[in-house]
Amino acid sequence: MLQFSFWDILSNLLIATQWTIVLSLIAFACGGIVGLALLFMRTSRIPALEWFTKVYIEFFQGTPLLMQLFLFFFGIALFGIEVSPWTAATLALTFWTSAFLTEIWRGCVESIPKGQWEASSSLALSYIEQMRYVILPQASRIAIAPTVGFSVQVIKGTALASIIGFVELTKAGTMLNNATFRPFLVYSLVALIYFCLCFPLSWWAKKIEGRLNVAR
Amino acid sequence: MSYKLQFAELLPYWNVLLQGLIFTIVLTVVSTVAGIAVGTAGASARTFGPVWLGRVVAVYVELIRNTPFIVQLFFIFFGLPALGLKLSETTAAFLAMVINLGAYSTEIIRAGIEAVPKGHIEAGLSLAMTKWEVLRRIVLNQAFRKIYPALSSQIIIVMLGSAVVSQISAEDLTYAANFVASRNFRNFEVYLLAALAYLVLAMLTRALLRALGRVIFRAR
Amino acid sequence: MSLVSIRDVRKSFGANEVLKGVSLDIAKGDVVAIIGRSGSGKSTLLRCINGLETYQSGSITADGIEVGGLATNLRELRRHVGMVFQQFNLFPHLTAAENVMLAPTVVNKVSKAEARATAAEVLAKVGLSEKMDAYPSELSGGQQQRVAIARSLAMRPKVLLCDEITSALDPELVNEVLRVVEQLAREGMTLILVTHEMRFARDVGTKLVFMHHGKVHEEGVPKEVFAAPRTPELQQFVGQVG
Repeated sequence: MLQFSFWDILSNLLIATQWTIVLSLIAFACGGIVGLALLFMRTSRIPALEWFTKVYIEFFQGTPLLMQLFLFFFGIALFGIEVSPWTAATLALTFWTSAFLTEIWRGCVESIPKGQWEASSSLALSYIEQMRYVILPQASRIAIAPTVGFSVQVIKGTALASIIGFVELTKAGTMLNNATFRPFLVYSLVALIYFCLCFPLSWWAKKIEGRLNVAR
Repeated sequence: MSYKLQFAELLPYWNVLLQGLIFTIVLTVVSTVAGIAVGTAGASARTFGPVWLGRVVAVYVELIRNTPFIVQLFFIFFGLPALGLKLSETTAAFLAMVINLGAYSTEIIRAGIEAVPKGHIEAGLSLAMTKWEVLRRIVLNQAFRKIYPALSSQIIIVMLGSAVVSQISAEDLTYAANFVASRNFRNFEVYLLAALAYLVLAMLTRALLRALGRVIFRAR
Repeated sequence: MSLVSIRDVRKSFGANEVLKGVSLDIAKGDVVAIIGRSGSGKSTLLRCINGLETYQSGSITADGIEVGGLATNLRELRRHVGMVFQQFNLFPHLTAAENVMLAPTVVNKVSKAEARATAAEVLAKVGLSEKMDAYPSELSGGQQQRVAIARSLAMRPKVLLCDEITSALDPELVNEVLRVVEQLAREGMTLILVTHEMRFARDVGTKLVFMHHGKVHEEGVPKEVFAAPRTPELQQFVGQVG
């Protein structure tokens, strides 16, 4: 049996952590773009679009992320397309993230006083113009704290990608555990690394929220 | 490229899937009750208990909230035996769920407690009630009333997160789905069915919790 | 040929009928003061004119545009009909000048330079030249409302609707806003104001409209109507307000 030192374990975990970070960033960025599109659809007042987004959100918020990962992994394969764990994980996490972000942002948009909508529409601005110049600039300031808070959930969500075979931090931990039979050490380190990734973001989100409450 | 979805092939395994569903339900219910109890204790400790205990609870909460559930689960099931504490899959699953929900509930309930006007607490204390009596009789039910929706959401989030316990072979709905998939290779169909089952479960739970809330918190 | 023509307009909020057949003609240059108790339908009528509220039957025409049609009509309508609100509704993330410049640049596709020149002009007219780069949070209520008026003026409307624009102001700030409106009236702007300022209505208004239970109850030249109200309801209202 190969002897793994403490530093062997840690360095392998840290290498795998890069993939956790990359997957998180891509899921968060793409999820944000999709979420923004969904936001416009949800508030468009076109019944078909509103209905679609409601169903979409209900599905991605109401089913386990693990199921979504499985569905993308096995579902795409049905069409004969080769799907790697990376692709399935990216897609599943993107759509999952978009569902949550769009609801967070919708809450922020709905907290903007009605008077802002009335004043801007009285100035002949169209819906898109109202959103772009008046509503979203204000809503996005309110949205920073909860959005940063949700980024923590995305990082934790990437851990599930290990189950469909994507080699990120958790999968590396499992593999190292199988190789070293030192689960207490390995999983402690895994938890510690996640903590180091997530805690600063959690702390920052709380700080922003505090500052915003003082400013009101 | 056409592929016919073969849901019929899932039928022979209805029993397996049902048992998995029941396990998930039981897991959720028991973990919820225990988790909220832990959360109440934790929140009370942080707001009314000694400072050192409050700090311990704070560390516990931050650790759980900033690490993935699956890692917590693996730590409990694979890691603890190394210290001599060997648990069955089912016990480990329950324990991980309770610890997880306990941390989130602590934060949620704490927010509720801190939202109770100080005046109510002072009134209770000046009526010669002890801190704990004030907590029990005045603070907690107001706190719960306020944070009930947030708590309900968290319960559903944890229920959906329970799918992960299949990874340590706890026999929940996902484990059952994995089992069926390994037998007939109808992966997509069985996972779709399982996903929809979770969705229905989530909707029912939400409705149930809402109705329960109306009963417990009858407007006074 | 009236600038704004309202014919037998009926509007309900659900089961509650708020406008029960309102007819009114407003000519160019008119300064119309609409008065009445809360719930008489005054603000609702005003909001129907620029399409913020829809109505169930009747017709409204403003500057030749039919109100109550498709979305494109609304955009065109609102370039000709401006509105100032009780709560000012300035955009808090933009300076006074940016508030004023927004609609001309975005809707009328005016260049930034031209919009800024217009902003300077209208802000000077309301007496706030030195506050061009101030944010709404740095302005008093009266100043904010004057910026709101300037913001509407920048679109060069034919009609300006004012929905209780002084009701949310501290008493000492009301006059600065009324003076601006008075000047606009003198310059020939067509104004329709829902107001509680009776003295202003009597001195500056060219037409007084008293609304009661969703209908136009009395109408006429302000000085005459105030001096000799015909109906008991208006007599009571005027007596109470003094």
